[in-house]
Amino acid sequence: MIAFERAGKRYGGQTAVEDISLTIEAGEFFVVIGPSGSGKSTLLMMINRMVPHSAGSIRVGGQDILSFRPEMLRRRMGYVIQSVGLFPHWTVERNIGAVPELLDWPQARIRDRADELLALLNLDPGRFRSKYPHQLSGGEQQRVGVARALAARPDVLLMDEPFGALDPITRTALQQEIHRIHRESGTTVVFVTHDMDEALGLASRIAVLDRGRLVQLGTPLELLAAPANGLVRDLIGQEEHGLRMLAVQTVASRLRTGETAPGEPIAASATLRQALSRMVSESADRLGVSDAEGRPMGAIAMSDLLRR
Amino acid sequence: MSGAEQGAAAGGFRVRNLVLLTLFLAGAAGGGSLAFVAHAPNRLLSGAPVRLGALPGEALLVLSLLAALLLGGAFLTPRRAGHWVLGAAAAAFVLVLCTLAGVEASRFAAGAPPAARTSLGAGFWIMALCGCLAMMDAMHRLALAPALRMMGALMLAGGVAGLGAMGALDDLSIAKEYANRREALGEALAQHVGIVLAALLPTVLIGLPLGLVAARRRAFAAGLFPALNLIQTIPSIALFAMLMAPLAGLAERFPVLKAAGIGGIGAAPAVIALILYSLLPIARNVAEGIAGVPAGARHAAVGMGMTPGQVFGRVELPLALPVVLSGLRIVIVQAIGLAAVAALIGAGGLGAIMFQGLFANALDTVVLGTVPIILLALAADGSLRLLTGYAERVRR
Repeated sequence: MIAFERAGKRYGGQTAVEDISLTIEAGEFFVVIGPSGSGKSTLLMMINRMVPHSAGSIRVGGQDILSFRPEMLRRRMGYVIQSVGLFPHWTVERNIGAVPELLDWPQARIRDRADELLALLNLDPGRFRSKYPHQLSGGEQQRVGVARALAARPDVLLMDEPFGALDPITRTALQQEIHRIHRESGTTVVFVTHDMDEALGLASRIAVLDRGRLVQLGTPLELLAAPANGLVRDLIGQEEHGLRMLAVQTVASRLRTGETAPGEPIAASATLRQALSRMVSESADRLGVSDAEGRPMGAIAMSDLLRR
Repeated sequence: MSGAEQGAAAGGFRVRNLVLLTLFLAGAAGGGSLAFVAHAPNRLLSGAPVRLGALPGEALLVLSLLAALLLGGAFLTPRRAGHWVLGAAAAAFVLVLCTLAGVEASRFAAGAPPAARTSLGAGFWIMALCGCLAMMDAMHRLALAPALRMMGALMLAGGVAGLGAMGALDDLSIAKEYANRREALGEALAQHVGIVLAALLPTVLIGLPLGLVAARRRAFAAGLFPALNLIQTIPSIALFAMLMAPLAGLAERFPVLKAAGIGGIGAAPAVIALILYSLLPIARNVAEGIAGVPAGARHAAVGMGMTPGQVFGRVELPLALPVVLSGLRIVIVQAIGLAAVAALIGAGGLGAIMFQGLFANALDTVVLGTVPIILLALAADGSLRLLTGYAERVRR
């Protein structure tokens, strides 16, 4: 879907991003992580040409991004930024309809789409459509920001530390929201963050950047199991490492089929970390496991969590 | 215990509206001691003063009652209805003043030769001003919407105009001046507005791009604003004079310009000077307005695929509009005033009437030229404030 080939960006004498080659598959939730100044935002903005690359090539859907007019390229990509950037003089509805308006959708269709997206982001259309941004809380504003980015059904959603300015509770809620929306819509998401928990929780794959270079690229489990260098190890954190390992794996991966255990069963889709938490708080070394409909599937034991 | 608390303890009698009290005292002092009107044998001689006390008793009674009402208003607990009454009383006070002056003029005119004049005295002007201010204060305390305040002012102006139309002011010197110079005044007004408008369009066409570039390039702003500031410090007469010689030279050199009416004297140097003076407020406010647009909104606009023109038209300009409009308001009010001075270099306009009066020592002619300039400036200021308020409401 998005292919970087030896792509780089130099500002004057400074190298912001150097020699990046990677491919983001369609439908992926691709997270770019790194310390500040690592070039992660630059890498993201190279995709929609907010930052023109100065070396190599970048292709989207097989076509070189230089073959599009920048505006046309950007209208096909949703863009969410940390500061949200809602237009203060427009209502929520008009903000959401901004890109469809650029694409000359008929008014009625824009209105319907805005309502649909408000509902998708858990905002009551009747209450919110005519409000102005200053009347919304920070979390509501970013919900509208995400809705605006999704309005024209983009192939790609670019998110630049979108939840970085939100309080922890609101952030968690929006992470779950974007996780659900990604699962339901199948949109390719490229997501920049400096928060490893956020990355591990959302990503299908993570790219770690340091001083403009790609340090490691892999699934959350691969990163946790085999960090490529000290920086990645630091990002993961020594104290939380074990719990993070458990958090990126599901109960289903350690299921003992045919066995049973007393008490309330845990869902097969739950993480091993959630299973551990249940075991500790219930003083049980075994839990029953059930599927999405609540049918018993088997059991999981404390010792299974220690297995690699 | 403070003085105010003491007053309250002594039966709740204390000053609740200092503005109104001050206005009453100023009006009473000015109206009581200075000439209300002056009777003169002709328009060029200064007249014999007639003080308020010399007016007929019934007339004074009406005026005193209204003044007493306003004085009482300074001590009453503020209530909404009270402010409405005070506002109406202040307006009535001004209208009664005008009527009294008109009646007194007619009384004098009946027994005097036709050349005799009755002009308005300092006492009249002070009391009228205090009345107008009292009315504005009432509207302010009522927190009326700008449009309603404007309507209040228009109603008062309409009331005075109505008195004039009914003939109640006909024997006042200023009305006679108006009758004599009605056509010249209309023409001067048109000229005056014409000069201001002629300067306005180029001002916007030049000032807007200057402000835009200044907002985007720091180096350009650092050079532009000191230069425009320098122009502002040149006195208007000097700037007019500085433009006369080069324009005269140009007109000599290029007959096309001369044929188009451009030369060292007349409207051309006036319009150019007004443009030069107007560039600073416009360019500065445009730059300020654009700089005030939230960076996130601009970044998001570019990121979602707006062209530079769309970013400007849909995001930057609407968000900067209130600031830009207030720049425009400053410019127009300033230009209306400066255009009066331009009469000195033959540009015409209301200033020409004003200076004619000044040089002939005919004070009523000066007033005839000045009052429309003030009204014009007030009208421009009021309507642009309305527009700015609307732009702010849309923007939130």
